Amino acid sequence: MTAIQSPATEEIHPDVALVERAKAGDEAAFEQLIRQYDRQIFRIARHITQNKEDAEDIVQDTFLKAYQKLEQFQGNSKFYTWLVRIAVNESLMRLRKRRNSKTVSMDEDVQTEDGSVPRDFADWTPNPEQQYGQGELGDILRKTIQGLPPGFRSVFTLRDVENLSTEETAEALGLSVPAVKSRLLRARLQLRERLSRYMKVKDEGAK
Amino acid sequence: MTCTEFLAKMTDYFDGTVDASLLEEVKAHLCECSHCEVVVNTTQQTIQVYRDHQIYEYEMPESLRDRLRTAIMEKCRGSRCK
Repeated sequence: MTAIQSPATEEIHPDVALVERAKAGDEAAFEQLIRQYDRQIFRIARHITQNKEDAEDIVQDTFLKAYQKLEQFQGNSKFYTWLVRIAVNESLMRLRKRRNSKTVSMDEDVQTEDGSVPRDFADWTPNPEQQYGQGELGDILRKTIQGLPPGFRSVFTLRDVENLSTEETAEALGLSVPAVKSRLLRARLQLRERLSRYMKVKDEGAK
Repeated sequence: MTCTEFLAKMTDYFDGTVDASLLEEVKAHLCECSHCEVVVNTTQQTIQVYRDHQIYEYEMPESLRDRLRTAIMEKCRGSRCK
C-alpha cells in the first residue's frame, strides 16, 4: 500500500487569511470556509452517527459553533482539524442523546485485547467490488461499520476514509498518537473481520 | 519476528513509517508468513473499499449544501446580533 500520511507543511495555510477575514466580520470569507469543508464534515458526522438527519444538523451546529468561537482559534492547528474536532464532539453528543444519555465517548467499548492475531488463511478473491454490486456492497459496508464502537468508527473515518494524518487524527480526537495507532489497528482488524464474513475466499491455500 | 510482533507494526507498515532498522524484518516476515500476508491484503482491501465507496455514497447533493449553508449563515448573523 502506498504511504497515506500527509507531508508536513511549514508555510502559512491559505485558511489562515480566510479565518482572519471572517474574524473581522467578512461573511463571504466564512461562507468560503463552509464551502471548502461542508462535505467532509457531513461525511464524518454521517459515519460516526450513521444517520443522515443527524449529520445535516451536525454540519450546521459545527459551523455555527466554529463561528461563535472563531476568536478562540489561535492557528496552532489547521482550521480544518479544529473544525473536525468540533464535529466529532457534536457527533458523539448526538449519539449520547439518541441512546438516552448512555455514555458515548472515545473510550467506549475500545478496551479490547490488543494484538490478537486473526486466523485467516485465504485471500478475498475476487475483491469486494467484483463480488457485489454497488447497492449491495453499500448495505454490507454500512452494516459492517455500524457494528464498530463509535470510538473506533471515528478513528477509522478520520484516518482511513478522510485521509487525515495520524497527528491530525490525534489532535481532532484529543488522543495521543500511540492511542490513535492502537485504535486504528483494532478498528481496521475488526472491520476486516466483519467484512470477511461476506467475502468469498480463494480455495487455493485455504485450510 | 512473530505474527504478534508483525501485527503491532502493521499500522506503521501501511503508513510507510516503520523504522528503517525494522523494515527488513517486517518484509522478511511477510515473505515467509502467508497468513500475515493474507491479513495485510484483506485489511488493505477493507480500507480501500470503504474509502472508495463511502466517499461517493455520503456525498451531499448541491441543493442540500446550498440549503445548509444558507441556514448556517442566517444563524451566524443571528448569533452575532446578541
